[in-house]
Amino acid sequence: MNINWFKYSSPQTFYPLAGKMTPWFAWLATILAAAGLYISFVIAPTDFQQGEAYRIIFVHVPAAWMSMVIYIVMAGWAALGLALNARLSAMMAQALAPTGAIFTLIALVTGSLWGKPMWGTWWVWDARLTSELILLFLYLGFIALQASIDDPRKADRAGALLALVGVVNVPIIYFSVTWWNTLHQGSSINMSAAPKMASTMLLGMLLMALAFWMYTVAVALIRVRCIMLERERSTDWVKQLSAKVAVEGRA
Amino acid sequence: MQWASWSAFFNMGGYAFYVWFSFGLTALCMAWEVIALRKRRVEALRLSKLLAQD
Repeated sequence: MNINWFKYSSPQTFYPLAGKMTPWFAWLATILAAAGLYISFVIAPTDFQQGEAYRIIFVHVPAAWMSMVIYIVMAGWAALGLALNARLSAMMAQALAPTGAIFTLIALVTGSLWGKPMWGTWWVWDARLTSELILLFLYLGFIALQASIDDPRKADRAGALLALVGVVNVPIIYFSVTWWNTLHQGSSINMSAAPKMASTMLLGMLLMALAFWMYTVAVALIRVRCIMLERERSTDWVKQLSAKVAVEGRA
Repeated sequence: MQWASWSAFFNMGGYAFYVWFSFGLTALCMAWEVIALRKRRVEALRLSKLLAQD
């Protein structure tokens, strides 16, 4: 198979491709979420220690994973944009940031909602919780920094630098539970050991994580199309496209 | 099946507030994001159409 990837590296050619891909990822997300929720609430047994409160992990753990995965992907796109001076890469980074921030917020709030009945407190300043809070500030900082610079190319470069410096926080979050003595429990899934939880619980978590992943791709594709329309407003391809919208009602 | 009745299901073993708040917040965040994006797209198309007419 010989695909000319550079063909899709311009916003003009990526815009229709992103539009075609979005419904597929949206459907995948819906189906995976339906299966994940069914397992989370119907199949997965009650935890013998935590009762039903443990079911919060079916959104908490996938959201926390996504908050870290999205940051790494975002920083990767930002780095690529910086190295190749490619505007599509920078747009992809920009499109991922709000979704990453939302998953970080979900991870923090659902963690708090689990912590109150299980630990007896909404919040502790332990390494895992603090580094995840810093991740939220990194996302918000990236969004605010890009929004505050009028020249989009300069905004891309400044945002990319912030994103790359912030990458150091991701391994700190991930390994915080082994490096420090935290109140937060260890990793839910360990690559080198057998899972400590029931296999249905694990399956539910994985399905929810995949659903969140597909959701992320779908919304990032929708957002990157918005960013293209906004940033390339004065180019011929956007003008032609918006003229077509009037005729067909969609684009 | 874990639940004796619907009310047992909604009660979540006494943790209803924590469990439903978690899942509800997640669903609300996603719904809000999709609606906000739809608005942003309509607005972007409207503006570029205005610009194309000039």
